[in-house]
Amino acid sequence: MTNISIKSASEPEQTDWKRYFSFSTDHKVIGVQYLVTAFIFFLFGGLFAMIIRAELLTPQLDVVNRSLYNGLFTMHGTIMIFLWIFPANVGLANYLVPLMIGARETAFPVLNAIAFWLIPVVGILLLFSFFLPSGTAQAGWWSYPPVSIQNPSGHLINGEFIWLLAVTISGVSSIMGGVNLVTTIVRMRAPGMTFFRMPVYVWTTLSAQLLQLFCLPALTGAAILLLFDLSLGTDFFSPFKQGDPMIYQHLFWFYSHPAVYVMALPAFGVFSEVIPAFARKPLFGYKTVAVSSLLISGISTLVWAHHMFASATPNWMRMLFMATSMLVAVPTGIKVFAWTATVWRGKLHFKTPMLFALGGVAMFLFAGITGVMLAAVPFDIHVNNTHFVVGHFHYVVFNTVSMAIYAGIYYWFPKITGRMYSEGWGKLHFWLTFIGANLNFFPMHPLGLQGMVRRIASYDPQYTGWNIVASLGAFLLGMSTLPFIANMVSSWLRGRKAPNNPWNATGLEWTTSSPPPLENFEEIPTVTLEPYSYGESHRLTTDPSSI
Amino acid sequence: MRTFNITLLAIFVGVIILTSHAMGQQAYHWLPIAAAAEAEPVGHLFSFLVTLGTIVFLSVMGVLVYSILFYRASDTSDAPAIRGNLKLEITWTVIPILLVIWIAGYSYNIYQRMNILGSLPLVHLHLLESPAYAETGSSNMQPTEQIEVIAKQWSWSFHYPSQNVTSTELHIRVNRPVHLMLKSEDVVHGFYVPNFRIKQDIVPNQTIAFKFTPNRIGQYQLHDSQFSGTYFALMEANVFVDSPERYNQWLAQAATRPSVPAINPAKSEHSQPPKTPLRSNWHTVPPAQPPVVNK
Ligand code: HEM
Ligand SMILES: [Cu+2]
Ligand SMILES: [Cu+2]
Repeated sequence: MTNISIKSASEPEQTDWKRYFSFSTDHKVIGVQYLVTAFIFFLFGGLFAMIIRAELLTPQLDVVNRSLYNGLFTMHGTIMIFLWIFPANVGLANYLVPLMIGARETAFPVLNAIAFWLIPVVGILLLFSFFLPSGTAQAGWWSYPPVSIQNPSGHLINGEFIWLLAVTISGVSSIMGGVNLVTTIVRMRAPGMTFFRMPVYVWTTLSAQLLQLFCLPALTGAAILLLFDLSLGTDFFSPFKQGDPMIYQHLFWFYSHPAVYVMALPAFGVFSEVIPAFARKPLFGYKTVAVSSLLISGISTLVWAHHMFASATPNWMRMLFMATSMLVAVPTGIKVFAWTATVWRGKLHFKTPMLFALGGVAMFLFAGITGVMLAAVPFDIHVNNTHFVVGHFHYVVFNTVSMAIYAGIYYWFPKITGRMYSEGWGKLHFWLTFIGANLNFFPMHPLGLQGMVRRIASYDPQYTGWNIVASLGAFLLGMSTLPFIANMVSSWLRGRKAPNNPWNATGLEWTTSSPPPLENFEEIPTVTLEPYSYGESHRLTTDPSSI
Repeated sequence: MRTFNITLLAIFVGVIILTSHAMGQQAYHWLPIAAAAEAEPVGHLFSFLVTLGTIVFLSVMGVLVYSILFYRASDTSDAPAIRGNLKLEITWTVIPILLVIWIAGYSYNIYQRMNILGSLPLVHLHLLESPAYAETGSSNMQPTEQIEVIAKQWSWSFHYPSQNVTSTELHIRVNRPVHLMLKSEDVVHGFYVPNFRIKQDIVPNQTIAFKFTPNRIGQYQLHDSQFSGTYFALMEANVFVDSPERYNQWLAQAATRPSVPAINPAKSEHSQPPKTPLRSNWHTVPPAQPPVVNK
């Protein structure tokens, strides 16, 4: 053990950028690989969103033709979910979890590396499908049959085929990643790191990854059966033979509702780390917040049919799923209140991570309220499949989760790179993002209330006004990534050297050097304290001049 | 200082209550003009949800914004180490539980009142299902006509069996329950008229019984609400809520017209695609034969 850590502390290994392009089994390298890859795909997904919004700037069809529009929103949704949010979250988790629980590595480093390398494969497959003669998949990221199995080109290798293959590979990758993270958290904690001494970020990662393991097989199975229907002419889901398309919807949402929490729980984790650090207070109600993560996971496996209220779902099922869906508001509400109480009477420092975290919490509050509205069946029947829903879920996936990922990247940037980012650029990035996102996604709510259906390339002129606002917001949002990229690249190359604990934060990750050595800790720490011991006398203040 | 704080809090609470009430009243105007009996309870539900939502949003945001304004750090020391407060935590667990029960109960009531969904053929749960026609049939003692709604890629057609009339327009009588038999010939489509606040997916190879009562004379738009392929956005139809006289007149006239294939936007766009700067030449499902209608 000791000889390894001596070797790892040697400098050249740390500054060698080439290892980020290699099949590395170091969880920190894999974490960065995930984050950077995800961000590149985020730019593609964002580019597609800009084209979609350019089309929706006017009521007529004047930028793309219909099949391309359908391909673009299908790829936008698919890329954003399977190639941005999931991998970005897994990247952060890979980097942080071993450091936070005091482990030298993750449980299955090789498995972990393979799981990562499947992600670029998925991405290249999907982007490549634009060049197929039959074009890319055009059935939306739900890929409901029978639309998804129509295959007008007659080619065996078609967009939908590639899509199903990509989703299956992505599922395999996620299951591998999930096995690795869950095992790591359960088995590799440092001495003294009991469950109730784990940071909330570790709790949320555990809850999210358990969901992956439990629910993903439903989607992967559904994708494989659909692939059979599409390519081999089986009839699991084709209504005019023996099949039932509703079964697909159930399988799909049995995974894809919990998937929302696979995306959102780590975001809650980031808020729970960042807010205490910049409020200089312990996380209020730590145990309740930690346990509510598991509750969210549990309840979210029981609510999938709320995506099918307007489908051929019988009345009793509509009522049952209305009740379970509303229940999710309780544990998520607990979290929002806990963050609010943490800020109360704190000593707030408005650094970039804190801005993104507070902005994210505020936006999540809004998303949660519209979410409860959607759970109310009679109201959902009106707005189901309209832009109201699109507005709601973008408040979750962009205004909450993507903002949290940004908060996390800024917060741990000094740890990951050993350098400080530029606050000025960071704040500019925050304000552009915050304003752009609200201009972009708020107008979708009134549009949906007025009845503007989603997934349409042309629309009734009565909807023009709010669509213009939304599109301008989207273009602003697209621009907002420029200061982020500039900041990340220049700070990583030339930023001020970061101390080990620039925020004077609690958590094991801040006790090791920045960036951490190959096996994370010179000596495995022993944990004796509850997390978030801000303001408590026994806390050793490593660097009081910082923050 | 204490009285100052209490006054401040009282003002805050007052502002929240007034604003939330006002927002709840405003909420009716965010929806399109109501034109069916079912739209009214949905409006009430939405107004109720907006009122409660505003209370929650403003309360939490109030605390957050207050903290952001008044608790800025003055030095680098830590704040008081408050770890929790059992009473507070129980309170904010119990309040959402009660709210959620209230909202669910209210929504349940309204859904029962709307009673839009009839039988779903593949699901036989008669004990739990409300009987499809029994209740309306007995109340006005007059069998209401069933209209067949046929959705296909990408057109709507409406068949009136008694007159053997087929049309691309849906004509219905004001203040009379409408019984629709929803059918699809290919993929999943969705029946959605925003002014009626009702929506129902149409699953191929199933007939879904659906009912509602229009109550405002006028012309409305039917949209396809479930993504159904390339020309999905073009799948719209006009809905006319007529007085009984106008309705009978229209139906009688339509019955005399010869059957011809309907004009179909998807078909025209398929044969004459618009010139857009970004274009794919991907294969698309050709539009189905337009319905033959008495037009
Ligand atoms: C970056 C700014 C973004 C913009 C401007 C944007 C815009 C849009 C638009 C206009 C649609 C089409 C709505 C429709 O016609 O149904 C859409 C759909 C969607 N977006 Fe985004 N979006 C953004 C970010 C994201 C992010 C970060 C996610 C993360 C998960 C995401 C996930 C989705 C999904 C799942 C769909 C549904 C696709 C489908 O209907 O099949 N979006 N977005
Ligand atoms: Cu859901
Ligand atoms: Cu349709």
